[in-house]
Amino acid sequence: MPQPATSPLESRPSKGTINLVHLYPREMSIYGDLGNTRCLAARIARHGYTANVIGHHPGSVLAQDAHLVVGGGGQDSGQARVEDDLFANADRLRALAADGVPMMMICGTYQLFGNAFVTVEGKRLPGLGILDVTTQGNAKRMIGPSVLDTEFGTIVGYENHSGSTSLGAGQAAFGAVRHGFGNNGEDGTGGARTGNVFGHYLHGPVLPANPAFADALIGYAAELATGRAFEPEPQDDTVADEARTRQIRRLIR
Amino acid sequence: MFLRTSAAVVAGKAARAATRLRGGGSAFPGLVAERVDPGFLAHALRDVRGGIVVVSGTNGKTTTTKMLVALLRAHGRRVFTNPTGSNFTRGVISSMLPELSVGRGQLVADIAVLELDEAHALKFAAAVRPTHSLLLNVARDQLDRFAEIDHTAGLLASLAASTTTGVILNRDDSFVARVAPDLTAGVEVRYFGVHASIAARLPELVEADVRFGEEFSAPQPTAYDGLLRPVDERAFDIVFGSDGAVTDVGPVTLQQRGLAAMINATAATTTARMLLGDGFDPAVAATALAAVRPPFGRGEVIMVDGQPLELVLVKNPAGFTVALGTYGTTPVATMVAINDNDADGRDVSWLYDVSFASLRGRGVATTSGVRAYDMALRLSYDDVPVASVEPDLTRALDAFCAAHAAEPKRIFCTYTAMMALRRTLAARHGLADFGEEG
Repeated sequence: MPQPATSPLESRPSKGTINLVHLYPREMSIYGDLGNTRCLAARIARHGYTANVIGHHPGSVLAQDAHLVVGGGGQDSGQARVEDDLFANADRLRALAADGVPMMMICGTYQLFGNAFVTVEGKRLPGLGILDVTTQGNAKRMIGPSVLDTEFGTIVGYENHSGSTSLGAGQAAFGAVRHGFGNNGEDGTGGARTGNVFGHYLHGPVLPANPAFADALIGYAAELATGRAFEPEPQDDTVADEARTRQIRRLIR
Repeated sequence: MFLRTSAAVVAGKAARAATRLRGGGSAFPGLVAERVDPGFLAHALRDVRGGIVVVSGTNGKTTTTKMLVALLRAHGRRVFTNPTGSNFTRGVISSMLPELSVGRGQLVADIAVLELDEAHALKFAAAVRPTHSLLLNVARDQLDRFAEIDHTAGLLASLAASTTTGVILNRDDSFVARVAPDLTAGVEVRYFGVHASIAARLPELVEADVRFGEEFSAPQPTAYDGLLRPVDERAFDIVFGSDGAVTDVGPVTLQQRGLAAMINATAATTTARMLLGDGFDPAVAATALAAVRPPFGRGEVIMVDGQPLELVLVKNPAGFTVALGTYGTTPVATMVAINDNDADGRDVSWLYDVSFASLRGRGVATTSGVRAYDMALRLSYDDVPVASVEPDLTRALDAFCAAHAAEPKRIFCTYTAMMALRRTLAARHGLADFGEEG
């Protein structure tokens, strides 16, 4: 049974500091999404870098030197509390996205990063427009375990959303649905990707059980932070691989 | 109506006898009775004059109900409750059946105390308006079922609004305390909560409520509001309003450990005092609380080869956090069993909203259940060593007991894992009193 790597590289100098910004940890992390930040911070350290975790709260100025940005899902009440702050920081977030800063937005923040959310009553609430997606509110929720085929392999998570998201004409999906609903339960697409910005509906949390995806995000961030190519260390992901492949076997036959 | 109810009692009793023979399923006979007579509940409860009390909320329903019933019985009241803990309206009907007279179809009891989850409490209230509601807390639990805690809070608010006489609220949980302004005029409110001396521990007990811009401030306690003041890890007082009042209860030492159980006792005592009025006797209450045995899997101790094995049910982040806070001070050989069936919650994301740092020193002997590897993975991110992973519960239990035969043991487990483990333990160690509790 492999034991957790408790900083084997402590004695070596850090390869660089990665500023990891978690958007709205209080309002938008109801489904264990803080686990993604915990996973990223731990893996950044295991790869020999230093993680500087910054919680971004409504009313504060977004860190100017963010190298990696993550956001989670919230309830409607949480979403309402962060919208003003998100729009106040819209230009900064768009500029970071254009500069190639990796971002992973889940569920509520995925929807907010799209063009708009259209409520059940037909009211159109604008989003940041970083991803070319539009979400239609539904009365019915899409809830259950989810499996996507992505460029980082087959990944597993748990979705719980009432919005149906459709991709714009030129918008790439993050993955193809193997099990569950994905963006809308109809077109087989799961999430969206533009540059290094990823949006999707996978809680779980998604990164601990899918370390290849976590390391891809860390890799992009490490390059931005250091100006050098990512220098990963070998990882023992036996337990994560076992957790993931068991879920895949249960859900896909 | 009269004849239909008699027919319903007979049909339900027959179904109950049939299920007893099959050996399971506490809600099925209630389903039969409900089909025959939809007005069954209202009719059966018509002569219960001393109050129809619904206990609801995310955590602590079973323990609190058991304590409240014990408090009322100790004061001489005849109490009907749903002791099988199948906390659905049909479960309530099922447990009524043996107590009903076939001729009249009515319960002979002074007070009914019913444990119901948030959604079923509303269904029950649509059939019978409760005189009193005790609302314990709102926490993340089975979001795949209720979707959002704001929604759950809304269900409890509706329950409170349909209550006719008195509502007992958790003053420290803003999801609960904030229902007060929406109550029917004339409905009395009591609060239970923690004393200022332990207010620092509140963040581990309550969810962040982000529905409103302004911060929540708990209402001022009155002389009828019970506050928990722990003396040490196991003993506590319940003080009413101002310290040292003649009605204060305690010190009490519960058989069940931990802050959560103490808060449940405070909620039950505040409710009992409201129901009993001047008949409430603090000394009788203290004696009754001390005699309450822990419900299944809530810190229940089973002797295995002469050593205690504690079963600790964990259902959601708040419950697991409080359990770790309670048991962390006495580290023993530990197993964690996580299933993801409907009754456990299919989404295991919540494990990442719990800090397992208190298990780091001693480590975890084994993780088990359908999501054994997910649990081991979660522990690795808190640097908690895990000696082995065995998804099969029986194999894991055997190996765990064999490897730690000569010392105390503890298993944290989700609901269906707990039921399966308890079944195995019952078969091996001849436990009596086996049945389902919710």
